[in-house]
Amino acid sequence: MGRIPRSYLINRLITLFLTILIAATLIWVIPRLSPVDPADIMLGRMAAGAGSVANADQVLAQLRESFGLDQPMIVQYFKYLGNTLLFDFGLSTASFPTPVSSLIARALPWTLGLMILSVVITFVIGNALGAFMVWERSPKLVKVAIPAAMVFTSIPPILSGLLLMWIFAAQLRWFPLTGAYGLMVEPGWTWDFALSVLHHGFLPALSIVIVTFGFWALGMRGLMITVQGEDYVKLAEAKGLRPRYILYRYMIRNAILPQVTAFALKIGLLIAGQVLVERIFAYNGMGKLLYDAILDQDFPVIQGVSYVIILMTALSVFLVDLIYPFIDPRIRHEG
Amino acid sequence: MTEYSTDDDVAPAEHGLTREDRRRARRMRRFDNPWLNPKLYWGGGLLLGIVLVGILGRLLWDLDLVFTGSGMLKLPPVGFENLRGQEGTFANPLGTDGAGRDMLALIVIGAPNSLFVGLLASLIGMSIGIFLGFTAGYVGGRTDDIIRVLSDVMITIPPLLILVVFQSAFGDVSLTMMALLIAGFVWQSPTRLIRAQVLSMKSSGYVQMAKLSGASTFDIMFREMLPNLIPYLFGSFIANVTTSIVTAVGLEVLGLGPQRVPTLGRTIYEAINAGALIQNLWWWWGIPTLLLAAMFIGLLLINLGLDEVSNPRLRKA
Repeated sequence: MGRIPRSYLINRLITLFLTILIAATLIWVIPRLSPVDPADIMLGRMAAGAGSVANADQVLAQLRESFGLDQPMIVQYFKYLGNTLLFDFGLSTASFPTPVSSLIARALPWTLGLMILSVVITFVIGNALGAFMVWERSPKLVKVAIPAAMVFTSIPPILSGLLLMWIFAAQLRWFPLTGAYGLMVEPGWTWDFALSVLHHGFLPALSIVIVTFGFWALGMRGLMITVQGEDYVKLAEAKGLRPRYILYRYMIRNAILPQVTAFALKIGLLIAGQVLVERIFAYNGMGKLLYDAILDQDFPVIQGVSYVIILMTALSVFLVDLIYPFIDPRIRHEG
Repeated sequence: MTEYSTDDDVAPAEHGLTREDRRRARRMRRFDNPWLNPKLYWGGGLLLGIVLVGILGRLLWDLDLVFTGSGMLKLPPVGFENLRGQEGTFANPLGTDGAGRDMLALIVIGAPNSLFVGLLASLIGMSIGIFLGFTAGYVGGRTDDIIRVLSDVMITIPPLLILVVFQSAFGDVSLTMMALLIAGFVWQSPTRLIRAQVLSMKSSGYVQMAKLSGASTFDIMFREMLPNLIPYLFGSFIANVTTSIVTAVGLEVLGLGPQRVPTLGRTIYEAINAGALIQNLWWWWGIPTLLLAAMFIGLLLINLGLDEVSNPRLRKA
């Protein structure tokens, strides 16, 4: 069994830490380079809502104080870092005074659920198809149909999402157009609710699956071609093992391992793609939260969502890196 | 003697090749040239088509139609009818959007814009990657450590999120500015790729030879090593063009990105917000979607073709 050497672990931990630090710093620095003042926007919103604001200067000063904008930059920065580590992103300006973290906590399960579901489905389908493309015994149809389907690989899920939405939701009305569950259903652990969630989640998940499985299939195809020429496969054939057994136990098992590392590189794009899918389907996840926040110029929410999504990406990459030596004992990490 | 006789047997046989056989042999030889790859052709053709739409459209079509209210609202393409019973006219062959803008003019301006952002961002990212990758691989030591860790860190950060923060704070940006911002996130993979290749090439014979014959570091890097990297660089470049366009379109669909220049992503954004899907105004969001899809498919085909050029094993399967 692969055991993780300490130097490798430390190396990965440093990378994880730096990723989080740099992301958090960028998210903090960028808005401060901009001439736009969040307190101003907030005041503007109050003025728009109430017609006029009495003692505008006082209110502005108070708002700046509540955002901590009156302190020196360096103090603000370290306070921000400390708060961010505790997932405290302040209060939303659009739905004041709801804490950003509770908005995110409400959206996160939807995003995670959709992501895990679509990633698992794509990984399984994609790798299976990629393997069958190379295997000599698979039907001719597979070898013709899959490359054709693979053309869709490069399309971002938002485009496939629009097409699916138009065909199956707007035209055929098989699936609901937007939302993560029906308006008539009470959220809870009931069958009705679960069915409604599945019904609403089907199209968003499908739009991600049909454009990403090809990536895995392509990668798997390349790896399978390499494995096919290996001596141990020849030996297994010479021994007269059943072809199906060779495919599963000898070829796929060896070819699939590097695919896990490819996953680490791909996850950022996957998450970003899903954010956009959630936005067009108005799915109750992080994507919708982010989009609403952009519309409302709700900076704390934009920052919080961006940070949490980047954190999710960094943690997934870290986990893949850690798990890898266990599933592939051939890898020995040095330094 | 027996050897001669066998030769005599073979020689007339070769003479006996029919014209058909020879033509087939010539064709086989021609197809052995890895650059004559159908995927490469189709992909290049698709992209060229989009560029041509941009160039010819500018010459042949009245681009003033891109302004709001220059035509009737929500007109369908020629040969279709919208929900109000209006038929498409040749004044707006691809229909108009919810603000009366001509779809054809939108495409003529918007499609090359997306390609431009992708190419520029990827080109800059590539240059940074070549520079950093060579430096890391060749200089080594502390410099290498810093570049390696930095690219490891930056590769996990999805560009879309940082750019969302940037653009929501700064508001409107120009196309070039957006390309520059995206370029800040596409240098990592070329850097890693080149660093790995340089490390493996550094100890190879011809590099040692060049070193012994007194070639300067610059010459070794760019005259000796770089030409060998070109297939990899091409692949990485095309992949980055795709990533850049995806990021740009993502920003535009979120309502960010350039506000004053028509882009395909922004057209989709406006269509979704106006409920074009429910109102069955398919041309409004569908035409930009299909164009973008064609662009991505073209880029993918080029990348697959390049893969086959640089990895002969993939050609047979």
